[in-house]
Amino acid sequence: MATTAATVHAAAPSESGLWSWLTTVDHKRIGVLYGVTAFIFFLIGGIEALMIRIQLMRPDMNFVSPDVYNQLFTMHATTMIFLAVMPLSASFFNFLIPLMIGARDVAFPRLNAFSYWVFLFGAIFINLSFVLGGAPDAGWFGYSNLTSKQYSPGHGVDFWAIGLQILGIASLAAGFNFIVTIINLRAPGMKFMRMPVFVWMTLVTSFLIILAFPVITVALVFLTFDRTVGTNFFIPTAGADPLLWQHLFWLFGHPEVYILILPAMGIVSEVLPTFSRKPLFGYPVIVYSGIFIGFMGWGVWSHHMFSVGLGPLADSFFALSTMLIAIPTGVKIFNWLGTMWGGRLELKSAMLFAIGFIILFTMGGLSGFMHASPPADLQQTDTYFVVAHIHYVLFGGAIMGIFAGIYYWFPKMTGRMLDERLGKWHFWLQMIAMNLAFFPMHFVGLLGMPRRVYTYSANMGFNEMNFWSTVGALMIAPAILIFMWNVLSSVRNGKPAGNDPWGGATLEWAIPSPPPVYNFASVPEVKSLDPLWHPESREAALASNQMHGPIHMPPSSHWPLVSALGVAMLLSGILFGWYVGIPGLILMVVGIYCWAFEPCD
Amino acid sequence: MAGRLQAKVPFGRYALAVLACLLAATGCKLEQFPQSTLDPKSDYAWAIQRLLDQQVFWVVVIFVLVLVAQLFILVKFRARPGAPEPKHIHGNTMLEIAWTIAPAIILTLVAVPTVVTIYKTQAPAPAGSLQVRAIGHQWWWEFQYPELGVTTASELYVPVGRTVSVAIETVDVMHSFWFPAMGGKRDAIPGRVNHMFFKPDSTGTYMGQCAELCGTSHANMRMKLVVNAPEEFDAWVERQKAAPVHPDSTSLAAQGKAIFSQGACIACHSISGVSAGVIGPNLTHVGSRSTIAGAIYENTPENLGHWLTDPPARKPGSLMPNQALTKDQVAALVAYLTSLK
Repeated sequence: MATTAATVHAAAPSESGLWSWLTTVDHKRIGVLYGVTAFIFFLIGGIEALMIRIQLMRPDMNFVSPDVYNQLFTMHATTMIFLAVMPLSASFFNFLIPLMIGARDVAFPRLNAFSYWVFLFGAIFINLSFVLGGAPDAGWFGYSNLTSKQYSPGHGVDFWAIGLQILGIASLAAGFNFIVTIINLRAPGMKFMRMPVFVWMTLVTSFLIILAFPVITVALVFLTFDRTVGTNFFIPTAGADPLLWQHLFWLFGHPEVYILILPAMGIVSEVLPTFSRKPLFGYPVIVYSGIFIGFMGWGVWSHHMFSVGLGPLADSFFALSTMLIAIPTGVKIFNWLGTMWGGRLELKSAMLFAIGFIILFTMGGLSGFMHASPPADLQQTDTYFVVAHIHYVLFGGAIMGIFAGIYYWFPKMTGRMLDERLGKWHFWLQMIAMNLAFFPMHFVGLLGMPRRVYTYSANMGFNEMNFWSTVGALMIAPAILIFMWNVLSSVRNGKPAGNDPWGGATLEWAIPSPPPVYNFASVPEVKSLDPLWHPESREAALASNQMHGPIHMPPSSHWPLVSALGVAMLLSGILFGWYVGIPGLILMVVGIYCWAFEPCD
Repeated sequence: MAGRLQAKVPFGRYALAVLACLLAATGCKLEQFPQSTLDPKSDYAWAIQRLLDQQVFWVVVIFVLVLVAQLFILVKFRARPGAPEPKHIHGNTMLEIAWTIAPAIILTLVAVPTVVTIYKTQAPAPAGSLQVRAIGHQWWWEFQYPELGVTTASELYVPVGRTVSVAIETVDVMHSFWFPAMGGKRDAIPGRVNHMFFKPDSTGTYMGQCAELCGTSHANMRMKLVVNAPEEFDAWVERQKAAPVHPDSTSLAAQGKAIFSQGACIACHSISGVSAGVIGPNLTHVGSRSTIAGAIYENTPENLGHWLTDPPARKPGSLMPNQALTKDQVAALVAYLTSLK
């Protein structure tokens, strides 16, 4: 096992303190910032979910008012999608992509910092609505014309529309950054078909982000205009067709589903081979399936709109295109099973979460296949059946995948091992709780309970299933607390991890944990798909720890933070007034100007 | 109809019912779920149910296969001390082609009946159908029978065995018209008229409710479907077409009528020959309905009194404001409205 050459000096001084975090451009630190921030929002979204479940625990409950309930489910979804799952994925992108492709940082380190700060300010802005007159309450999908000034006179929808535009800027900047990073900064020898699947899925996701967010941005700009300057893009009484919103929203919204799930698929594709001691089964097919899913994601949006009555031809087309997506998805699942087949399975926490992902995601995929058929969907859409489906896909899929990734890469990020016993408690508790919470929803939905209702009557037959769903949801809380305890105690007292605690195949395991600020002392040469698993390519990979000369790392900068604050203030000025917007504009211009002419040595 | 359907219970439906019962813990009758999608009572609902049966079959089969494979792998290939390093297999082309083609075949098996059902259920309604307009309001449904000259609210009456053609509209935001026993839902979209049709196959009362988020009281936008024998339906139509009851001039109801016709009520509510408001439900025969306030309360004098006293307290966001009526005024109004059979 090679070690870092002791004689070589680090190019950038190791820094600590608040200022170093505010000005950091190190992808690893930005990854940690993304992860911690997103986890806090995951907790906030979770608390919102628990309040929803308590309200539904019994028929005719009065735990929250209907208006607050509408705010809770709107913000639960908005928070979990935009402020938890997407930035948690971004956290993995940030921390891992340069390590996996043998680079020292992302292509645009300061733009990377800018993405994070814009995300943070956008997230805070949306949540400010809770204390400034009421949160958004028209659903995360914000169907017009309920979002019009006439039917949503408060400012909740404004916070939502402007907040999502701010977050969109963060996502777009990150999307471009990772596309350029992955295409341009791969180490010598890392051909496209030698990239780890996680890198592939990041690439596909980044393309989806840069193509999907402009679509929602257009819709949000229209909506903001309607609400602030009296345009009529979505006002039916002025002749507008409210379906325009639905088409724009879902043309973004369906690729967004894959933006949420593809990174988790990438994570699982890394975890399974490591703990099966066997390379990924059918690597090219998994990669092509991911790309195919990314493409097809653009041709299925109207399956969210079967109930609007688009006509039999459109319904048939979108039914068939949606069913077609089931094929690459199924192929992935079979290939993951094939990866484990004949392996030597080590059931560490990360592996358990990955296996949990496979089972739960299969369930979510199959219920998705059921409402791919429009006639069946017309009974299922807008009922708890779909709530069950999306939670199997996003909680059972994305969140389980993300936890698998945390257990897998935490040692790399911190240099310490997480406690395996607590990890297993976390897994089993979460697995049982999750199924208790969401499995009954399939049935309560088929038995006629619509979504987004703050109450139901006792004589509908919904009582028991809702009660058990609430019990399950409440049980998720201790599972998450165990995880938090595990992280907090392991960061300080966990066993030292060493470079490669799991015997991983990919480049990040060749270097120390946590990686030095420059990642690779010298640029590694990649000779195979699983560099650390073949003697010859392993040697080449480990040689990257030998330093051969001075290393140039980008200096820290506070201008991304200043520019991000300016952007957020400028946009929030639409709502708060010119006295926030104008200073924001000035900050943004000054920030970007100084950033552009900042010396880079 | 019901008898024929009992004879052969498809596997998918059986599996669903068994699982639903396991969860419902209390008993095992689908009748306990008045809004169930699994208890079809029309041709349209049956067309959907047959598709669902087939889907559930495949879904259960595939899930069980994946689960069994996963569990087998877990048992068989779990790391044991001394187990050799696994062989590094990178794939198997034949196997991968096979598990690409297999789902494609299953999908085709589902896709064909799906498309057939789409075209069948979205065809124009057959001639001679009963025409109904279902108009969504925040937060109640208005039902008009244009050919019969009848307007009512929250309770839709139809005859058994005759196709009902529903034109779905809204006066404010989007809603969605949904009686699960009759089939799938269809959105009410501002500026559009949507259509669906179904032929009820057995008499009874079925629950429905708005299925598209429409604001504060979305959960309180419920409705009832009463499927009657044709002669009962005709009798109902005759009663609905009749002029409203004219109360005795000395009765409490007459006082109520006076309060109604001199107060703010007439701005929103219609009572044939008394007022012509169109914002709230038509009250010409409100006494004949079994529910009030968007079918969330039983139509009893007591509930009606509570409702009139403070509507937004009984149904959050209600557009009918609190009119600050005195107890006596409420009692008189209740007497009048309940008399409007």
